[in-house]
Amino acid sequence: MRAFLILEDGHVFTGESIGSSREIISEIVFNTSMTGYLEVLTDPSYAGQAVTMTYPLIGNYGICFEDMESKKAWPDGFIVRELSRLASNFRNEADIDSFLKEQDIPGIKGVDTRALTKVLREKGTMNGMITTKEYADLTEVTDKIKSYKVTGVVAKTTCKEKISYKPGEFGTDADVDCGLHVALLDVGSKNNIIRCLLKRGCTVTVYPAFSKAEEILAEKPDGIMVSNGPGDPSECVEVIAEMKKLYESGTPIFAICLGHQLMALATGAKTEKMKYGHRGANHPVKDVRTNRVYISSQNHGYVVKEDSLNPEIAKTAFVNVNDGTVEGLEYTKQPVFTVQFHPEACSGPKDSEFLFDEFVKMMEVSE
Amino acid sequence: MPRNKEIKKVLVIGSGPIVIGQAAEFDYAGTQACRSLKEEGVEVVLINSNPATIMTDKEIADKVYIEPLTPSFVRKVIRKEQPDSVLPTLGGQAALNIAMELEESGFLKRHNVKLIGTTSLTIKKAEDRLEFKNTMEKIHEPIAASIVVNNTEDAVAFANEIGYPVVIRPAYTLGGSGGGIADNEQELVDICANGLRLSRVGQCLIERCIAGWKEIEYEVMRDGNGNCITVCNMENLDPVGVHTGDSIVVAPSQTLADKEYQMLRSSALNIITELEITGGCNVQFALHPETFEYCVIEVNPRVSRSSALASKATGYPIAKVAAKIALGYTLDEIKNAITGKTYASFEPALDYCVVKIPRLPFDKFIQASRKLTTQMKATGEVMSICTNFEGGLMKAIRSLEQHVDSLDTGEFTELTKEEILNQLEVVDDRRIYVIAEAIRKGIANETIHEITKIDEWFIDKIQILVEMEQRLKNEELTVELLKEAKRLEFPDSVIARMSKKTEEQVKEMRYANDIIAAYKIVDTCAAEFEAHTPYYYSCFGSFNEVEEISNNKKILVLGSGPIRIGQGIEFDYCSVHSVWALKKAGYETIIVNNNPETVSTDFDIADKLYFEPLTAEDVESIVRMEKPDGAVVQFGGQTAIKLTQALMEMGVPILGTSAENVDAAEDRELFDAILEQCEIPRPSGHTVFTVDEALKAANELGYPVLVRPSYVLGGQGMHIAHSDKEVKEYIEIINVHTQEHPILVDKYLMGKEVEVDAVCDGSDILIPGIMEHIERAGVHSGDSISVYPTQSLKQCVLETIEEYTRRLAKALHVIGLINIQFIVYNDEVYVIEVNPRSSRTVPFISKVTGVPIVDLATEVILGKKITELGYSYGVHKRADFIAVKMPVFSFEKIRGADINLGPEMKSTGECLGVGKTFNEALHKAFVGSGIKGPINKKVILTVKDSDKEEIIEIGKRFKQLGYDIFATRGTSRVLNANGVLAFPINRIDEESPTLMDLLLDHRIDMVVNTPEKDGKVGDGFLIRRVAIETGVTCLTSLDTAKAALTSLETADHADISIINLAEVK
Repeated sequence: MRAFLILEDGHVFTGESIGSSREIISEIVFNTSMTGYLEVLTDPSYAGQAVTMTYPLIGNYGICFEDMESKKAWPDGFIVRELSRLASNFRNEADIDSFLKEQDIPGIKGVDTRALTKVLREKGTMNGMITTKEYADLTEVTDKIKSYKVTGVVAKTTCKEKISYKPGEFGTDADVDCGLHVALLDVGSKNNIIRCLLKRGCTVTVYPAFSKAEEILAEKPDGIMVSNGPGDPSECVEVIAEMKKLYESGTPIFAICLGHQLMALATGAKTEKMKYGHRGANHPVKDVRTNRVYISSQNHGYVVKEDSLNPEIAKTAFVNVNDGTVEGLEYTKQPVFTVQFHPEACSGPKDSEFLFDEFVKMMEVSE
Repeated sequence: MPRNKEIKKVLVIGSGPIVIGQAAEFDYAGTQACRSLKEEGVEVVLINSNPATIMTDKEIADKVYIEPLTPSFVRKVIRKEQPDSVLPTLGGQAALNIAMELEESGFLKRHNVKLIGTTSLTIKKAEDRLEFKNTMEKIHEPIAASIVVNNTEDAVAFANEIGYPVVIRPAYTLGGSGGGIADNEQELVDICANGLRLSRVGQCLIERCIAGWKEIEYEVMRDGNGNCITVCNMENLDPVGVHTGDSIVVAPSQTLADKEYQMLRSSALNIITELEITGGCNVQFALHPETFEYCVIEVNPRVSRSSALASKATGYPIAKVAAKIALGYTLDEIKNAITGKTYASFEPALDYCVVKIPRLPFDKFIQASRKLTTQMKATGEVMSICTNFEGGLMKAIRSLEQHVDSLDTGEFTELTKEEILNQLEVVDDRRIYVIAEAIRKGIANETIHEITKIDEWFIDKIQILVEMEQRLKNEELTVELLKEAKRLEFPDSVIARMSKKTEEQVKEMRYANDIIAAYKIVDTCAAEFEAHTPYYYSCFGSFNEVEEISNNKKILVLGSGPIRIGQGIEFDYCSVHSVWALKKAGYETIIVNNNPETVSTDFDIADKLYFEPLTAEDVESIVRMEKPDGAVVQFGGQTAIKLTQALMEMGVPILGTSAENVDAAEDRELFDAILEQCEIPRPSGHTVFTVDEALKAANELGYPVLVRPSYVLGGQGMHIAHSDKEVKEYIEIINVHTQEHPILVDKYLMGKEVEVDAVCDGSDILIPGIMEHIERAGVHSGDSISVYPTQSLKQCVLETIEEYTRRLAKALHVIGLINIQFIVYNDEVYVIEVNPRSSRTVPFISKVTGVPIVDLATEVILGKKITELGYSYGVHKRADFIAVKMPVFSFEKIRGADINLGPEMKSTGECLGVGKTFNEALHKAFVGSGIKGPINKKVILTVKDSDKEEIIEIGKRFKQLGYDIFATRGTSRVLNANGVLAFPINRIDEESPTLMDLLLDHRIDMVVNTPEKDGKVGDGFLIRRVAIETGVTCLTSLDTAKAALTSLETADHADISIINLAEVK
């Protein structure tokens, strides 16, 4: 079946429908990872967006359910150049088309994703519609497309109830136990954040995004982790207020991506929307304290404004080597550090996974 | 970390002659690195024995020493030039080995020279089998169960313990030379004994056979601050068991999920960190196809063939970055030259699929075993880029220039299903075609996978191509079908053939429906950032990204495709120089080529680079897009010349010598008329098409005769026939592929061969130098030792040669380059071949005479006169020194290839010896080509009857040097009768001890064997093969043997000088 991707500026890309055939309007973003499409599809940070994969051959190794980063797929739509008709991998359990159908996610294949990416790069992230309907008159839909806004996505992705994990779960080793307890504030968390903590012997309690700080602190966790997540951070007013309290408690905190942005907002800094964001598995970030560069996995469309930082509260710890944007903050008054990139990887390189070790050390010291 | 200011003068060690396993990729890497060093104000001193390289240009390095790559000569250069540092990581294994020797002996320390880019400890940890094993164990990186042995007994004991098959890998050798897989004890003993001999340190690794696992490579960079990145990973279509250089390789990996991808990536980073490499490194893995188990196969702590491929596949200039790292920069300080925005500390994101196919030399070595093993056999490779794998494969296949343009070669059509199943077991260069035929015959993909272990993903892609063939054959060619066929990169010729249309009809249908190639940019970042480098590849069904970059006139330069015997790196040298000269003259240059190993496909050589097959259709698509004002074809070898006609039909003016005149040189009748008109004699001959015509011609001329196809490369299919039977045989071989052009039968004259390259501006000629061959006529010019300036020719002969060259250049209306081969027979000069284009000897002559031949030819093509360019007509003044160009062979890599020299070219590369005297130059040439000096001082002489007279003098000279002579009965009888003591030795089929035992005993330095007859398998063949396989020098021409003796005699008179060729004007 023919399908169309209509951008708000009137660009139309024609392809073939994959997955669900329903019509959607979403924010169109692109990801440059060459592997890890399932991790991308199941990353809650993509809620409210439709993802374009710049790598043209998708689905080669099928779907390995254990690689899912959350219970379901989150993007509103999936845009690819070519979907492999054969999935070949020893762990392969399903093909991507049936997975998308089962998840009721519409997609389109046969799109010149490079041309699409260039449009997004030049004009910035914009909204688009994936549809199987042929609109004779685009003006019929462009206004509707333009008016779309990513909103309420944290509420959509966070867990509904508190849940605890201990080492041994999620395929980790039960014999590793460091005796530390981490409270994870789930604003759209990927599983591998939990796994990275369990692997180091922490027990983890995951809290829904709208939990009260008091509730979390009452459990006296050794450390608090704030996860990644979707959407505009400044929209999360309630969460930011609770984060301020968590910050003030003096409990060691490690935050990733949306968590990093929320912590910055909670302590008086500002965030802004980027032209087309960072989404991929090849972003160099530099630790300004050691000058070491790490290749990181990234997925964000907002960034902490460097000039909004109060150096008495937080200092830049990591910068993006490509564009110099803030990639990590070290807070001066409290044992808090936050990063914009994804040390938990999945997909992407594990070069910065050692940050979880640093978090563990931070918790041990503060004990 | 900013640049280390203490580094002011760096010695860069090149990789020497092109051999299998060490090819043009090191010229690419070395050139890029030298330019990168000079950019930083570093004075670059270069040593490399290979004159066909761009890195040995005085524009690239400040001091150029074309000297043998041995520790002794490198020491001489260091003593003379006193560099503060040596950079050994750009010259492949050859350079690393030398650096190790200089470091270990304390020489570098004594002369206050630092190794940069690596340390001896790093080299040792990566290259020494035992150290490597220990290092990997230390960091818990798995390697296949293995043992390092110094003798075969230990190897057998270990194999009995872990079970067969086992893999044998000799330490410190090129391209896995001497290695292999043994299925039983006998094979193990054979391969291991040979490997021990070939290894520099007498070590072999015996390891668990992991054949059938996925083979995955990572290219990794690390700087002095410990920052690491991977440039890209690559997956071999051929599972472990085939050398990666002989495998079809795809980038990035296709069948790895992120978990496997990241697991191996982390491992590669872990390894480069532990080895403390500063620069580039290649890590090869075997990955179990059904589990997460993996093994590290090999680490190369330097730039390599794979790193050249990775650079071209991603746009990331590994060698350039490695050079900057060697100077102290960190990755985040080095700008990404493609985007100009990002830095070297990122990982390229590809938004296309890259396919590499090796170019194997079995068309040259018809008798050789085509089996692919862990020992590399390919002489070169092609790369293609497309948005899908199928298209990449189709493009790569036609880039090989092996008369194949699709998976349907017809070669296996006649085989039954049963035979195909058997054929699938054979691991050779035709395997993908066999797989395609298996699919056509209805064999299940699963079965094909079971047999070949090739991942089903790749087999499915081949099936998609086969399905398209069927559709084209069976369905109406609709616009939709045509679109899909083009998306899969079926060329018009194949579509036409399969759908029973003409190529014109297909093309018309395409244009009518706007089905045309679009071009995309290779930008390292999947379009995330704007790129400024016009590095393009084509695909169908996409938006075009080509932009106009200037208002200058555009000139298209066609490259020379994959490196193969007969068309080597020298044509890339010419193409690159032509591009540079055109740029200097203010033109916009566009280069088309498909060879990832070369300088010409570096993204900053031409203004625009199209990485595309060199076929008429692919070039036409570019021409339609770019509308060039002219094209230059005379620098890209036969590959480019063959496209002349097609370019003219597209309406592109050919700059320089016109197509009609190129034809005149190749068309026998036209050429004969020209010779007659010029009053130049040539050996008499005829053009024929059939066996009968050939026999008639041969008998008329009288035997021996020379039989060859016209329009050939490196004497391909050329034979000296002595009888009717041989004529028949050879004509049949030539006619295996349909000949568009006639076959030539000429009288064979056994004289002196002389070669000339000249530039002609339409009015007159400039001859930079005249060369003379050591071997008598009959040995291909590319396989002959060539001497400049001539040593034995009389002045009047030289004058005749100059005059004939002038007449021919004018008669053929040559504008640009012309190469002529003469035979001087009884002081008479005959013309045997004229090529109105660049030749193999152009780089060599440019360097030794200081005349920039290609630059001049390019200027002349653009309309300048030689005299306007600061040169005068006639023969350029003779140099003050003598240069000897020596062919270098890779026979030890090609099992079953006969090494005897003849009219068919067999050498893979060349080296140069430059000296104040002829003997000195000759000696250096021999040393540079890797021929060892006396070790055991034992030589075997066995020559055909007609050579018996000449062998006496040779025997005497060996005796004088203190050699013991062993000779077969006939030869020894002649020697002893003439007062030369020779020990008679039994022939192979006689009682032990025989010739073979002597060789296998590893106590012979050299064999001189002149074959009884051309190309016959027999005793002589066996002797030559065994000699080669046991690492013994084997010479098949008495002229070469005499030259070798001269070299050995000269070795005693030490105090050999070295010459900086950058000073030659």
